[in-house]
Amino acid sequence: MSVYDLMFYLFAALTLVSAFFVVTLRNIVHSAFFLLFTFFGVVGLYVLLAADFIAIVQLVVYVGGILILLLFGVMLTNKITNVQIKTGTFQLLPSIIGVGLFLGILVETMINTKWKVSPAEIPTTTAYSIGTLLLQDYVVVFELLGILLLIALIGAASMARR
Amino acid sequence: MIHVGLNHFLIVSAILFSFGIFGIVTRKNAVMVLMGIELILNAANINFVAFARYGNLGYNGQVMALFIIILAAAEAAIALAIVLNVYKNFSNVNVDEIDNLKE
Repeated sequence: MSVYDLMFYLFAALTLVSAFFVVTLRNIVHSAFFLLFTFFGVVGLYVLLAADFIAIVQLVVYVGGILILLLFGVMLTNKITNVQIKTGTFQLLPSIIGVGLFLGILVETMINTKWKVSPAEIPTTTAYSIGTLLLQDYVVVFELLGILLLIALIGAASMARR
Repeated sequence: MIHVGLNHFLIVSAILFSFGIFGIVTRKNAVMVLMGIELILNAANINFVAFARYGNLGYNGQVMALFIIILAAAEAAIALAIVLNVYKNFSNVNVDEIDNLKE
C-alpha cells in the first residue's frame, strides 16, 4: 500500500465519519463543527486529485465563509438562553431504508460501469490553466456568476433587513 | 489491496451524497437541512474533480467545481436570509411546524 493510498483512506474516513456525525448528532452546534472536518476531508481529496486551486478555494469559501454563515444562522435562530440547542428528527426508519436502497443502487452502478479511464500526467499547477479557461471558453458564465453574486448580495441584505 | 482509482472517489462521493439526503429528509431544523445541501454539493464536486483527473478531459471539470462552489456560497447567503425571516414570523425554524403561507 503506497502513501497515496494511505492518505486517500485517511481523508475518506475523515470525510465520511464526520459527515455521519453531521447528520446524526442532536446538537446543531456539534453538527456544524463536524461539518468543518467534513470540508477538511474533502479538501484532502481534492489535493489527492491534483486540484490544488479548487482545494484552496474550498478551504477559503466553505470553511471561512459558508460554515461561519451557518453558525450565525444557528445562533440567530435559537434563544441565546437555550444552553441545549437540539434538533428533532422525524421519519427515521423510512428514510434509512430509502437512502440505504439508493446508496446500494448508486455504488453498484459506479462499480459495474466501465468508465473510460486515461489519467493524464499530474500537472505542477492548475491555476494557470483554470484562469485561461475562465477568461476564454467560460467568459460568459464567469460574468453571469459575477452578476449573480451581486444579486444574491443585494437580495440577502434587503431580505434580512426587512 | 487494489490501488486507489476513480471508483474509490466515486464511492466516497456516493456515500457523502446519501448522508446529505438523509440529513435533509430527517432533520427538523432548517439550518440542518442547509448543511445536508452543502454535503450534497460537495459530493457532486468530488465527482467533477475526479472525472477531470481520471478522464483526461482537461480542466473543464475543475472549472465546473469552481462554479458549484460559487453557487453554494450564494445559496447559503440567500437561504439564511429566508431562515431568519421565517424565525421572525414563527419563532422557530422547524420545517414540520411551518405550514402557514399566510395567517
